[in-house]
Amino acid sequence: MKPTHSARDPRDLGGPRQPLLSVRELKKHFPLKKTGLGLRGPRLAVRAVDGISFDILKGETLGVVGESGCGKSTTARLLMQLTPQDSGELVFDGLSLGSPGLSLRDYRRQTQMVFQDSYSSLNPRMTVEDSIAFGPTVHGVSQREALSRAHDLLARVGLEPARFAGRYPHELSGGQRQRVNIARALALEPRLIILDESVSALDKSVEAQVLNLLQDLKQAFGLTYVFISHDLNVVRYMSDRVLVMYLGEVVEVASADALFEQPLHPYTAALLRSMPTTDPLRRTEQAPLSGDPPNPIDPPSGCRFHTRCPDAQAICRTRTPVFGEAMPGRSVACLKYEPGSGYAASTIALKEVPHA
Amino acid sequence: MIGYLLRRLGYALPIMLGVSFLCFMLVYLAPGDPLVSILPADASAELQKQMMQLYGFDRPLIEQFVRWLWRALQGDLGHSIATSRPVVDEVFKAVGNTLMIAVLATLIGFTLGALFGFVAGYFRNSWGDRLASFVSVIGVSLPNYWLGMVLVIVFSAQLMWLPATGAGPGGSGSWTWDWEHVQYLILPALTMSFIPMGIVARTVRALVADILSQEFVVGLRARGLGEWGVFKHVVKNCAPTALAVMGLQLGYLLGGSILIETVFSWPGTGFLLNQAIFQRDLPLLQGTILVLALFFVALNLLVDVLQTIFDPRIERG
Amino acid sequence: MTAATFTDTRGRTPVVRSRGHGANVLRRLLRNPVAMIAATIILLLVLMAIFAPWLMPADPYATSMLKRLKPIGTEGLPLGSDELGRDLLSRLMLGGRLSLFMGIAPVVMAFIIGGGIGILAGYAGGWLNTAIMRCIDVLYAFPSVLLAIALSGALGAGITNALVSLTVVFIPQIARIAESVTTQVRRSDYVDAARASGASSLLIIRKHVLGNVIGPIFVYATSLISVSMILASGLSFLGLGVKPPQPEWGLMLNTLRTAIYTQPWVAALPGLMIFITSVSFNMLADGLRSAMEVKQ
Repeated sequence: MKPTHSARDPRDLGGPRQPLLSVRELKKHFPLKKTGLGLRGPRLAVRAVDGISFDILKGETLGVVGESGCGKSTTARLLMQLTPQDSGELVFDGLSLGSPGLSLRDYRRQTQMVFQDSYSSLNPRMTVEDSIAFGPTVHGVSQREALSRAHDLLARVGLEPARFAGRYPHELSGGQRQRVNIARALALEPRLIILDESVSALDKSVEAQVLNLLQDLKQAFGLTYVFISHDLNVVRYMSDRVLVMYLGEVVEVASADALFEQPLHPYTAALLRSMPTTDPLRRTEQAPLSGDPPNPIDPPSGCRFHTRCPDAQAICRTRTPVFGEAMPGRSVACLKYEPGSGYAASTIALKEVPHA
Repeated sequence: MIGYLLRRLGYALPIMLGVSFLCFMLVYLAPGDPLVSILPADASAELQKQMMQLYGFDRPLIEQFVRWLWRALQGDLGHSIATSRPVVDEVFKAVGNTLMIAVLATLIGFTLGALFGFVAGYFRNSWGDRLASFVSVIGVSLPNYWLGMVLVIVFSAQLMWLPATGAGPGGSGSWTWDWEHVQYLILPALTMSFIPMGIVARTVRALVADILSQEFVVGLRARGLGEWGVFKHVVKNCAPTALAVMGLQLGYLLGGSILIETVFSWPGTGFLLNQAIFQRDLPLLQGTILVLALFFVALNLLVDVLQTIFDPRIERG
Repeated sequence: MTAATFTDTRGRTPVVRSRGHGANVLRRLLRNPVAMIAATIILLLVLMAIFAPWLMPADPYATSMLKRLKPIGTEGLPLGSDELGRDLLSRLMLGGRLSLFMGIAPVVMAFIIGGGIGILAGYAGGWLNTAIMRCIDVLYAFPSVLLAIALSGALGAGITNALVSLTVVFIPQIARIAESVTTQVRRSDYVDAARASGASSLLIIRKHVLGNVIGPIFVYATSLISVSMILASGLSFLGLGVKPPQPEWGLMLNTLRTAIYTQPWVAALPGLMIFITSVSFNMLADGLRSAMEVKQ
């Protein structure tokens, strides 16, 4: 595996301006089991992902944040096609998934995932080298060649092949296992890697090592990452752009710096305020977000966040915001930034001028 | 709650239908014509054809099944070829007899098994535990008909304390609850109790050991609850599962009583089955198996439902 | 943790490979004294059964009206004789063949058939799973003894019929375990990862599912062997399995029943053999389960 950051990937189709993966109106509902006799009333479903659209640009790290239950993990599984979507499209480097130009098998060669639980993502009965070599053998690589590649990758992720290749998962520590998972993801030479809470279960010191490893690998192999996490500090460190999800929808997308310095969506602002800090000048007197997130089975009407939003107005209960560009490079779904939405802008102005 | 009950019933119904169909098909598994047992082999073709029409064997299978099922639901399971008496009567009389020894066996097995299991679970890795494990392995490894024979050898042939076979001096027709009759009950029931004893002992041991090792017990003791109080808690937690196992064991005994009843010539359903098989009395065979199997399914359903009612951890609806 | 065993140069660099799962289980099993005693007993019984024709002191079929029901320790009849004057020791040895065979064969066949069905249902999920498992549930709804007798009774006496009915009795039990374990494995992340590499279902089952699923199914199957032996000899006891004059422990118990008043200990011997074999298989199965249970 030789490609470097500057050389053009021979598989590249649309050039640097074309998004590597374009997600269009992806929807996934999980129907609930029938309660009672199930004959009365509409069938209820958990609306895990309710029509999301975003682009992943070549060579970037896109961070994805949100509370538990907002649909991050479902989105990851949809991107990997481990669960098929109910509706919506995935366009990879200009080719729609499922079209004659891009079969599922081809797509899976180019997109890989690193899971959160390092132990359960490795077959307990297979040695480390066999686990890594499995992917390539599926696509026609000989056993010998695949094992050789596995050894190279182990060395690349910092595990000495002579010591580690013949081991079983239970003989490794959490950090070592996660490195193996990364090596396994790299074995197919993908272009896009989805990291679903990949470092969340690791000790802090180990986490730092793995994050640095991920950065190195990204440079060396010209990878694109989707980095899903609930740890905002880590997301800020790793990401170029950040996407914020709430209750199955995308509420804001911006570059990492812009998002963390000046969040537009009230939810993003609340999330950032809830990050613990050791700065004595930033004291939290009130909890930034109150209550539990509403039920994804029956989301609130209008803007889904209005029940917990400090800036909510009457209009927010009835009108659903459209996800659109508020400023160049920043998109948000909030009535505040939607011209002609009926949101009274004067309240913002009032707040900025305490003394009339 | 009602929704759960209805759904559970809805699940059991196709099973019962499947079971009935299998019982019905048993007749066709038998090699040769179903008529073989009714007519002598040298009956004329004319007679054969008449009998086939009479019994409906010339109709399509599904139609035969539906007719048979319809009649069964109305309580008509045909007539025994050997005795010409209605199958239903024979079966239900036999069921009563089997229930006598089965219920007694279950009670004995459950009581002793629970005792052993408790001792084993409380005093893990002590001699009590070893003994209880030993007993439970014995219980499930013993061929129960052999045990029956051994008990007969010891208690009837050698010691002459108890009678070997039969259901009392007057047969099963005249039963009274006096020693004259009850003494016939003892050996069969005791023999039957061993397997449930073994299984209950093993289950209770695992349950008790598991509960005692849970943290809430430590919490109870830390708050000053005495051993008797802890014991009551353990019993309360074990009870639903242990009782469920007991219920299921009763079902197995009902269905599997044939071996013991053969050894002791006890006139229950097993004995009836034995007769039916050897006399190739197909209506009797079909009817007996159907009743026993449906009984078992119904019992399972009951145990499930009761468990759901009494065990708050199981999710309903 | 586990010491390394051999070097593997299938890749480029020589790699030191750890002991696999199977080897660990075997090692733990070998250290279990009860299981080892049980295994030895079983081995001896199997050897006795295989080499019976050469080990037998007398002809198991030779009847003699004069030598009927002789007690244990009679001259020339070390374990006595049965109701037709045949040497009991020889008949017990030869009988072991059929008894052991009827215990093991149905379980092996049910393991293959039931295991296959269960794994298929477990991996497929959805409506296929429900359809298959409902059919299995119908069979499972019968108590085993009743089903075995019903099927044998309908099919008629004979070894093949008994084998068939016993296999049918065990298929649903094994299928259920297989389905349950496979469903669990199917949900694990490593299977997802394998799917994500584009592998076909068949390949995933072969390389990822089977290895993780066979263990528990196998352990369950071994615990069924003693049940099968008891059921099979029970069928013969009722006259539904092996036909006379072939020796088989259950059948021998049947024909010796009337002798319990005259020669009780002789009459009890075949049952003792069944009991010993059954206990040994159960102990071995328990040992196997313990050896597999330890979380590494």
